Amino acid sequence: MSDRRLTISAGVDQAIRRHGEETYPHECCGALVGRGDAVTDAVGLPNTTEEGPRRRFLVRPSDYRLAEQRATELGGELLGFYHSHPDHPAKPSQYDLDHAWPTFAYVIVAVAAGASQAMTVWFLKDDRSIFEEGSLHHGENTHPDPAQTVHG
Amino acid sequence: MAKILIPTPLRPYTDKQDAVDASGATVGELLADLTRRHSGLKAHLFNDQGKLRSFVNVYVNDEDIRYLQKEQTPVTAGDTVSIIPSVAGGVDTVEDVRRSNLGRMGEPLTNDEVKRYSRHLIMPEVGVDGQRKLKASKVLCIGAGGLGSPVAMYLAAAGVGTLGIVDFDTVDFSNLQRQILHGTPDVGRPKLASAKDKLHALNPEIDIQTYEVALSSQNAMQLFEPYDVVVDGTDNFPTRYLVNDACVLLGKPNAYGSIFRFEGQASVFATKEGPCYRCLYPEPPPPGLVPSCAEGGVLGVLPGLIGVIQATEAVKLIMGIGEPLIGRFLIYDALRMRFRELKLRKDPDCPVCGTHPTVTRLIDYEQFCGITPGAPEPVTVNHATEITSVELKQRLDRGDRPRIIDVREPNEYQINRIPGSELIPLGDVPKRYGELNPDEEIVVHCKMGGRSAKAADFLRSVGFKRVLNLKGGILDWIDKVDPSQPKY
Repeated sequence: MSDRRLTISAGVDQAIRRHGEETYPHECCGALVGRGDAVTDAVGLPNTTEEGPRRRFLVRPSDYRLAEQRATELGGELLGFYHSHPDHPAKPSQYDLDHAWPTFAYVIVAVAAGASQAMTVWFLKDDRSIFEEGSLHHGENTHPDPAQTVHG
Repeated sequence: MAKILIPTPLRPYTDKQDAVDASGATVGELLADLTRRHSGLKAHLFNDQGKLRSFVNVYVNDEDIRYLQKEQTPVTAGDTVSIIPSVAGGVDTVEDVRRSNLGRMGEPLTNDEVKRYSRHLIMPEVGVDGQRKLKASKVLCIGAGGLGSPVAMYLAAAGVGTLGIVDFDTVDFSNLQRQILHGTPDVGRPKLASAKDKLHALNPEIDIQTYEVALSSQNAMQLFEPYDVVVDGTDNFPTRYLVNDACVLLGKPNAYGSIFRFEGQASVFATKEGPCYRCLYPEPPPPGLVPSCAEGGVLGVLPGLIGVIQATEAVKLIMGIGEPLIGRFLIYDALRMRFRELKLRKDPDCPVCGTHPTVTRLIDYEQFCGITPGAPEPVTVNHATEITSVELKQRLDRGDRPRIIDVREPNEYQINRIPGSELIPLGDVPKRYGELNPDEEIVVHCKMGGRSAKAADFLRSVGFKRVLNLKGGILDWIDKVDPSQPKY
């Protein structure tokens, strides 16, 4: 267990769940924008994987840049990314670990048969050996429409 | 001096700066200088082999270096270099699990292990990391016979942490000429029992798992599942196709080897990028066309060499070093002492590993190889065409003198024979049947009854009236009538 925590607003929680349900049975992905450990906006991004979106997501470099830009526009910083695990538990896979960036918060939402289930947050250990689970808190809704979508 | 833009997740390693300076004439040199100045970056930018991680993108003035000269891309003063993440993830596939197991590092080495493996540890290509990968690895060896013996012994000695062996045979005198896991005192014991003793004595540090079962479509997936690499040391086609298909379906590499007489073959099949056994041989040969080692013989030292090639490939796959025998088919001729290498390609139409596979689960491999199982051996003898060894003995004792023709090869005739028999090897029968009288009674025999059945058919086809095949061949004769003679 990591001692890191992440607070998400109710709107962000809903936006991530809705995104995961809409793309089911494919994986969804997006960026988390906020300040410190509080996420204020979820920015949906297109899943550009070429390995089959049922079990993979990829945010390509150009979309990563957009996400950074969007974070600046929203007056926050890029805190991490979220993605869904269709019909799989909300636990990071070896593949997630192999591709993880340090510092970032990785939020995973399980979507079973089209309905969102558990949501968890994970942080890469500095030596890249494992993902440590952080504590996910629900905070005040700080933004009227948290679902900021870069691509439809 | 060039400016490098640092993405958010890496800024904790650059004292929170979003841009830092580094010097170098190429991107490679620049990144090397960057990681010297900010050592925490190295593990996140580069993998164990020192290559840029796949999700790390480097741009020089907005051009991806993959489309320039990669890490050799020149950088001049005033250029802006950006490190831009790709963010990827997802649920694990079978292939990921295999990849993550292969090359996973085990527990640290104990002092005893450091001593034992010191000749590995002093080579930088192996080192402590490589040895820990071996320690964490699990290899399943199919068969504890000619190939399985050297495979298991070298893998055990090298420190493969978990070594599984599948076999259900017992040790026979005829095994000892090549199956070096087993010794003379082991004759009659299960091969797994003697294998376990030998391997444990060789290396008590490793875990040896034995499975005394006949590998089948029902148990193969479950048996293979926990292992990282499968080593195929089987001697028959149904099992070879079974091992291949199970390896493909589970995404486990198959270190393949086979031997016959003076020739051996080896390759690595069923990797994600490479071909499988079916890409090479989509269909099995007709039953009986390719003889087994029991029928055709095998040079005793041959499996030593081929098995050691298989073990070498397994060790390389585990440590992730060297150039594996993927897409290459090695053929070894012991008599001429020559190696040949054929290029193999993955067949996009392969029924099991192609782009649209039709075999998506294990099938009936006996049937696939044209072997019809189930029909029990008839207990009764067809008196028009066959005779048992006991009947033959009774008739000889009564004074009957049928002509006994041994259709084996001269070297087999030297080992044992039925008294009074004459040698006409099967291949010579068509040109020598004139030496026989078509009206006299003839008993033909070979080692087990297969070749002599062909000889009997031929003789009948050219007008012989009274031809009997000795059922079970000379082996049955020795078992039932004359145990004083040696068997082979």
